[in-house]
Amino acid sequence: MTDALRIALVYPELLGTYGDGGNAEVLAGRLRWRGLPAEVVRVPVGSPVPAGCDLYLLGGGEDEPQVLAAQQIRDAGTLRQAVEGGAVCLAICAGLQIVGESFRGADGKVHDGVGLLPLETRRQFDDGPVPPRAVGDVAVEIDPEAVDGVRLPVMLGYENHGGRTRPVDGAVGRPLGHVRVGIGNGTPDKAEGWVAPAGRGRVLSTYLHGPVLAQNPALADLLLTWAGADLPALERDDPAIGLRRARLRALGLPAEAA
Amino acid sequence: MSHPPAGAAPATRPSLRTRVAVRSGQAASLASRLLGRGAGQVVGGKVVLRLAPQSLGELARGHWSVLVSGTNGKTTTTRLVTAALSTRGSVATNSGGANMVPGVVTALGSAPAGASAALEVDELHLPAVARQVQPAAVALLNLSRDQLDRASETRRIAALWRTLGEELTATTAVANADDPLVAWAAMGFRDVVWVGAGQVWTSDAMVCPSCASLLHRGTPDAAGSADWWCDQCGLRRPEASVRVRDAHTLTLEDGSDLPLQLKLPGRCNAANAAVAIAIAGLAGVDAATAAPALTEVEAVAGRYAVTDLGGRRARLLLAKNPAGWVEMLELLDETPGRAVVIDFNAREADGKDPSWIWDVPAERLAGRTVLVSGDRAEDVVVRLAHAGVDAPRHATVKAAVAAAPGGPDDVVDVLATYTAFRDLLLETGLL
Repeated sequence: MTDALRIALVYPELLGTYGDGGNAEVLAGRLRWRGLPAEVVRVPVGSPVPAGCDLYLLGGGEDEPQVLAAQQIRDAGTLRQAVEGGAVCLAICAGLQIVGESFRGADGKVHDGVGLLPLETRRQFDDGPVPPRAVGDVAVEIDPEAVDGVRLPVMLGYENHGGRTRPVDGAVGRPLGHVRVGIGNGTPDKAEGWVAPAGRGRVLSTYLHGPVLAQNPALADLLLTWAGADLPALERDDPAIGLRRARLRALGLPAEAA
Repeated sequence: MSHPPAGAAPATRPSLRTRVAVRSGQAASLASRLLGRGAGQVVGGKVVLRLAPQSLGELARGHWSVLVSGTNGKTTTTRLVTAALSTRGSVATNSGGANMVPGVVTALGSAPAGASAALEVDELHLPAVARQVQPAAVALLNLSRDQLDRASETRRIAALWRTLGEELTATTAVANADDPLVAWAAMGFRDVVWVGAGQVWTSDAMVCPSCASLLHRGTPDAAGSADWWCDQCGLRRPEASVRVRDAHTLTLEDGSDLPLQLKLPGRCNAANAAVAIAIAGLAGVDAATAAPALTEVEAVAGRYAVTDLGGRRARLLLAKNPAGWVEMLELLDETPGRAVVIDFNAREADGKDPSWIWDVPAERLAGRTVLVSGDRAEDVVVRLAHAGVDAPRHATVKAAVAAAPGGPDDVVDVLATYTAFRDLLLETGLL
């Protein structure tokens, strides 16, 4: 690859509550550490999502900003075009809700999502008491079937959301994985996230918010590969290895083979 | 703008019940100190409140008082206000974070007749304390997320403050015009003195506090002050009467410059000083009298203290949230040759989600020697690596400081989160 891989950080003012911009830095950093060019394109609110990027990042946001962001992305229609044309989209937390078909806002109304994933998000789906916010550390067993048969190490991160998310009838795609620690989508099958093709591209979504890729370098590299990068081995020490070791220990999970 | 009269109203003697309660509280504080359990401000206040639950309002009567609140800078600003008001007489104050009702009760319980009072109050507890104290002024410094797991609280606190202002019609707000949440809250008060204290962290105020549309912002000036406005509902930054010009100068209402010779470092402390000067003005202490008094304030509850840490000299810096980190990174620019130790925890009191470190402009540390310690040191190591800073992790803060190269003045700057800072104070005997 000679051209820089272009990473769009979509509306960081609205969808960046949890340090989500960190994912762009991690993706760009992991390319540059390998001597590959990368370009982070910050897309400010008010501008349409640009065509022509390889990876689109949607992060976490609070209720009102989320509604505002969903509206702008939907109205412009460019994110859908880009993904259907072959780009990869990583949608996190509020981003996951936005790329779905519908979500419930703080105003109690159900808002249309972008419709890239066959998901719907509400405060709850049954008649029981309203479930508490899902806040805390998360560990997810990633389903290889969701990621082209690649076996990825347990995904680590943090969640903080009030939504419960489920697939609509006849949904295409599958959950990213299943939670070992934490809530995730909040469905009885312990599903977490969703991955589905969209046209020639692909959308991977998760509730693990903020700089989730900092703790999950294998997932970061997989997304880069999906986006068209040809990744040689990393020539420097990967600082993420020490971080994973520390987090696995803190969560009482088994250490990984070196 | 109507200023409350300078000086204290005639002192009213508290009721016998309150007087007895205060004496019992003082005994409890003393016992706590003798037992080595800290300053005893909180325990003393709790005893008073148990014996005389309504005593706060009574104790506050007859004192000219100001309550200082906000996410960052409460303790330091309160200390600066105390210094400024001390030029005129005795000042009752709480310190060391005893900033809820019991700490305030203790401070007022030992106030001599006619003393003024400079009281630090937790953001969430400001309405409850203010309703009883009926202060002459409240200082509203800034509002930003303190713990990421509670990010949405800032707007709620602003709304509580705004409602408070509608009730306390005799209280003047001294408020940071550069912080949209604070400005919107202060607009609930009848009288406001606007201070241009800057806003280094804008991520918690991207949308209009009034109508939730996207806020517009101008380019920040050298002092970190930027215009802001909402083109939907028309909310916009009020004109400030006292402004920070740079880390060493304020601009006053008449356009004149007031040089500051603070021992406290950084632009953030010039901002705290600007608020203190504005409050002093309300109390009848003019800027020319107040400014020299601020010079004397050095370390505040261990913050900025230079102390021995395992045989090395270390300056202790508290950065408990993203806004605080931005301020401290800015402040570190003043001492470019020093090694920096980052001591980072994410415990309950710190907020258990350290995601926000990715919003902190860590690139500012590029080219410096940085060492890392704390429970979440590995998170910081990865963050720094992506900012082009390779920082080794050490098992303890002492080990990190010991491994740091000596700079030009052989002082190591130690930047610590809330619980890490508290442990540092214990370690160095400052607490």
